Amino acid sequence: MAEALADIARVTGLGMVTIRADLDHAGDAIAEAAGLAIPGQTRIVTDGSRSLGWMSPDELLLILPAAELADAIAALTDALASEHALVVDVSDARAVFDVTGPHADDVIAKLMPVDLDDLPPDGLRRSRAAQTAAALWRIPGGFRLIGFRSTADYLRLILENAAIPGSGLAPR
Amino acid sequence: MLILTCPYCGVKAEETELSPGGEAHLKRVGPGGTAEEFEAYLFARKNIKGVHFERWRHAYGCGKWFLAARDTHTMQVYGTYKAQTAHATDEIVANARQARAEWVPDWPQGSEAVVG
Amino acid sequence: MSRTPPFRLPRGGRLIDRAFQLAFRFDGRHLRGVQGDTLASALLANGQMLMGRSFKYHRPRGPLASGAEEPNALFGLGQGGRFEPNQRASTTALVAGMVLRSQNCWPSLDADVGAINNWLSPLLPAGFYYKTFIHPRPFWKHLFEPVIRRSAGLGRAPVGPDPDRYEQAYAFAETVVVGGGIAGLTAARDAADKGGRVIVLEQDPVWGGRTPTDHDGGPAAIDALLADLRGRGNVTLRRNCMATGLYDHGYLLAREALADHDPNQGIPRQRLWRIRAGHVITATGALERPLSFACNDVPGVMLASAVRDFISGYGVAPGRRIVAVTNNDDAYRTALTAQAAGLEVVAVIDARPQARGDLPQAARAANIPVMTGKAVAKVKGGTHVEGVAICDQAGDGRVTGSLDCDVVAMSGGWSPVVHLYSHCGGRLTWDEPEAMFRPDPSRPPLGADGKPMVTVLGAANGDLRCAGDLERSEAPTMPVWVMPQDAPYKLRAKMWLDFQNDVKVSDVELAAREGYASVEHAKRYTTLGMATDQGKNSNINGLAVLSKALNQPLEATGTTTFRPPYTPLTLGTIAAEARGEAFQPLRKTPMHDWHASHGASFEPVGHWRRPYSYPRAGEDRHGAVNREILAVRNGVGTLDASTLGKIVVKGPDAGRFLDMMYTNMMSTLPVGKCRYGLMCNENGFLMDDGVVARLSTDTWLCHTTTGGADRIHGHMEDWLQCEWWDWQVYTANLTEQYAQIAVAGPRARELLQRLPGTIDLSQDALPFMQWAEGALAGIPARIYRISFSGELSYEIAVPAGRGLELWERLHAEGRDLDITPYGTEAMHVMRAEKGFIMIGDETDGTVIPQDLGLHWAISKKKPDYIGKRAQARSFMKDGSRWQLVGLESLDGRVLPDGAYAVEPGVNANGQRKTQGRVTSSYHSPTLDRPIAMGLVRHGPARMGQVLEFPLPSGEVMKARIVDPVFYDKEGTRLNG
Repeated sequence: MAEALADIARVTGLGMVTIRADLDHAGDAIAEAAGLAIPGQTRIVTDGSRSLGWMSPDELLLILPAAELADAIAALTDALASEHALVVDVSDARAVFDVTGPHADDVIAKLMPVDLDDLPPDGLRRSRAAQTAAALWRIPGGFRLIGFRSTADYLRLILENAAIPGSGLAPR
Repeated sequence: MLILTCPYCGVKAEETELSPGGEAHLKRVGPGGTAEEFEAYLFARKNIKGVHFERWRHAYGCGKWFLAARDTHTMQVYGTYKAQTAHATDEIVANARQARAEWVPDWPQGSEAVVG
Repeated sequence: MSRTPPFRLPRGGRLIDRAFQLAFRFDGRHLRGVQGDTLASALLANGQMLMGRSFKYHRPRGPLASGAEEPNALFGLGQGGRFEPNQRASTTALVAGMVLRSQNCWPSLDADVGAINNWLSPLLPAGFYYKTFIHPRPFWKHLFEPVIRRSAGLGRAPVGPDPDRYEQAYAFAETVVVGGGIAGLTAARDAADKGGRVIVLEQDPVWGGRTPTDHDGGPAAIDALLADLRGRGNVTLRRNCMATGLYDHGYLLAREALADHDPNQGIPRQRLWRIRAGHVITATGALERPLSFACNDVPGVMLASAVRDFISGYGVAPGRRIVAVTNNDDAYRTALTAQAAGLEVVAVIDARPQARGDLPQAARAANIPVMTGKAVAKVKGGTHVEGVAICDQAGDGRVTGSLDCDVVAMSGGWSPVVHLYSHCGGRLTWDEPEAMFRPDPSRPPLGADGKPMVTVLGAANGDLRCAGDLERSEAPTMPVWVMPQDAPYKLRAKMWLDFQNDVKVSDVELAAREGYASVEHAKRYTTLGMATDQGKNSNINGLAVLSKALNQPLEATGTTTFRPPYTPLTLGTIAAEARGEAFQPLRKTPMHDWHASHGASFEPVGHWRRPYSYPRAGEDRHGAVNREILAVRNGVGTLDASTLGKIVVKGPDAGRFLDMMYTNMMSTLPVGKCRYGLMCNENGFLMDDGVVARLSTDTWLCHTTTGGADRIHGHMEDWLQCEWWDWQVYTANLTEQYAQIAVAGPRARELLQRLPGTIDLSQDALPFMQWAEGALAGIPARIYRISFSGELSYEIAVPAGRGLELWERLHAEGRDLDITPYGTEAMHVMRAEKGFIMIGDETDGTVIPQDLGLHWAISKKKPDYIGKRAQARSFMKDGSRWQLVGLESLDGRVLPDGAYAVEPGVNANGQRKTQGRVTSSYHSPTLDRPIAMGLVRHGPARMGQVLEFPLPSGEVMKARIVDPVFYDKEGTRLNG
């Protein structure tokens, strides 16, 4: 009863790069520069500390340790130099939270109109959390949720509110 | 509250994840257009009870604009398709015709043009 | 006859646990109930039959029903912020320590002054308000309306904010079954067999619906189904969960009670489920209808089903001597139940000529007197039932006898609960043999796939004997809409249809006579079905009376529209987490906390909070604004401009694209330079503005207004995706990636040059409207030499995560320069001093750039841009549009923002003609006088003329038309 439904932890120290390009055409170059395979539609590919998420048919999001950011941007910019493409640093534009624990599903189900049964292990779902945009994917023990930096306090507030002890969604 | 499947990312999105954009397949009239043409482009809308083609943006998702064929009376969705499409697909037309036998597309048939 | 204790029966009560006593208070009295009681059963167990006063006539009322349809027994519940009016006694579980207050009575439930309306009732028929208070006209506003308002409304509003928590949750299932009775549970099992997720919702705390009460094998059958369902991984059973509304594409709202009226649990009180169902099965049962006989509202007249619910469910005797009156077999169950509980059943009065079904026969076998072809002529008694006068149903009410009793159990047949089915467009059909509206299988609501979205099962579908395989056969119902059938007016004027709103048979007949033939009109004229119960008891009876009065079949009359919610929803569940701090996403810049700790007074701009000004001790908001402006004009100030939209646009076609987006030419902007741009919509109206910087040959950065960032990004993507999808352009909204700080004032350069950096900030290296990139104070920065204040100004963009660091560094370095943080209001005043327009002040969605004298920012060379064709429309070009000017108040006072300039004459509505309005108006501390901007017909050609601005007080202010640039017309300062 006294236990929150899930741990809510802000994650910092991540670098993020938005890549816009024709993925059919430039996919190989991006994969090589990013060090990850191109994810399928609405999927995210993770390999150790790096992830590459499918954001839209012509947009990917590379997530990696902040220390590797500058090199990655340089590598991607280089690799796409001859393409029509956009590579931009969006690391500072985001707020990232990990929602973990046995009832992490319940916390997400209170905020996002997303059918979690339909979210594959490597699924990336862009939607909203209450009234603000958010993207979601699975991590061991729960979910990682990213939203906009300016709404970080709001996100923490609604996540913690959704996780209050005793408010699990199991039928009573 | 509607559910529409975004043709770009395959997500079954609910209405709160989308933003509406009004009637689809309007042809832009620029500086060369006559007053009548421009008025029709800017203001004249079909406002149909029945088979309706409309624009939606998957605003809380992949951000892409897409088109939906929906029945404004029964709420049946005949299909969604990409914005870079001149007309609804044959499959959508067939779906609409099945539900509303009296409806006929107002564009030339057998010339489904998908561009881009 | 008097009512005698004990009211709690010695045995029975399927739903209660007598071992747990619960104390509560009712109108100050200390009473006790038991675990499992509802408020209604607990009050009845204390002998309290009088539970409310009716809305209009203040007639004494007892409970009518035992479920969600209860119209009478409504209480104010709780205290302070937790007080809630109109809580249904029949569905509210008793919680220890509850405080109940009766409603709509003064000074007390027993002695209610408002009951005088009852004696005046012949003067207060339907439509009374409309007819009586219409003349003389002025009386309405000053006399009638205030008096009527005082007596209007049922229950009091709570005082103080609700301290309880509420939440929402999303759920998805292939099948959702609404109703946990025999039909619903059976359907859930069948659906679960087919696979897919199944959610079952039951409004009550217990499963089974009527089956356990009405059928001998009922409890076992329900238990078996529940055991089966609980063993399945794909079934979720949710009780205390009321499906309140069904909407398009299988969207179902349901309210789950978690800790209702029990704040001690510390968990959310209620949860609103937002369920998306592949298919919905409604097995919502049926509601019993009252019978319309004279004085059918006296406390003690109850639905037959309610009488047996109280006996068998709660072990409570509503009375000792019971008369049942019916037009169907089902009411005999009540007679048999009551007799088995040791109560006296005086008689069953059956309106049908004969009653030969299994149940009547069983009643006769149990020595219960059965009187067929009979009716209740009138109920005797005032605050409780004392007896009934009997007459022939086929007659005009001549009394043939009378019976003493303290409870009348009535049954007028059953109406399927078709609400959810109807909410989303399902149509009904009139079932003549069963005398009820039920779902028309040929016209169900359709889902996104065009297939029926709802299946209705069991009693909700008109199958009133769906549990019949457990029981005996039943004979048909005989429609009885008025009892007796030829009752005279005197009786009809005492027959209640809508108990909560006090609508009688005679009122509906009056509406029909006065021409309200449409059921929707008659409803509103009489208020039938418009109370908090939404006509659950009265709907069909009222339609039948209306149909008879109009001499048309019932199906020709039709029903009124069923609208959600099925039962009232607490506003808290609709708001859920969106209250207090989380009411809206409050967007904060990287420097937000610094502003807060330095006394910022914030203002909302979209979802952002921006410092309006930074008042110091002893200073008000406006005092601070004046100080901040002078500091910037004379020294240096900093503005947090992080909220400005920043959209990067890149690609081989980016220049061509921006030429379409903006009214001026962006493709020719040299790399390294900035240009102010205007963006219009296809209607030609100005929608946003901002400075565009060319970052490289194929990349531009577009600044938008604070509120415009997402909208303009969406606008750009719209045109790129839907119109020019073959153009090679990518955009990205980088608004949140950067903190942006405006450093403005004559000493801005001096300050910035104190910071270590790689960027040459000199006038030669970085003149006005250029940008440069490098490091500043060790932070990667892009510096734009742009100015909204009219001063020497640099806007510095750094990664958001380092914004605070730079801000603090600037303030540390600038202390001796008296560096001053300034807010949005200082920015607004300074831009107005300079005659710069502000989107949302000078524009309102009907203003074109030409109105604002911005011709210099509209390219004449470009063949096209968004809005160009519209700006060529005839009335956009005619000279009579209101145009931007400065306004100088003649008496030294600040003109009211939005004030209109009048001209001689009146328009077609008799209003003064207008020729302009004030769009921005401030006191300028720089000039120490008021300044204003406005839009005036032929304004720029009328310099020096004086306009009149009438104020709401009747006073008229005068202002002279002047140039809108009040300060530094030559622009020497910003070029400094």
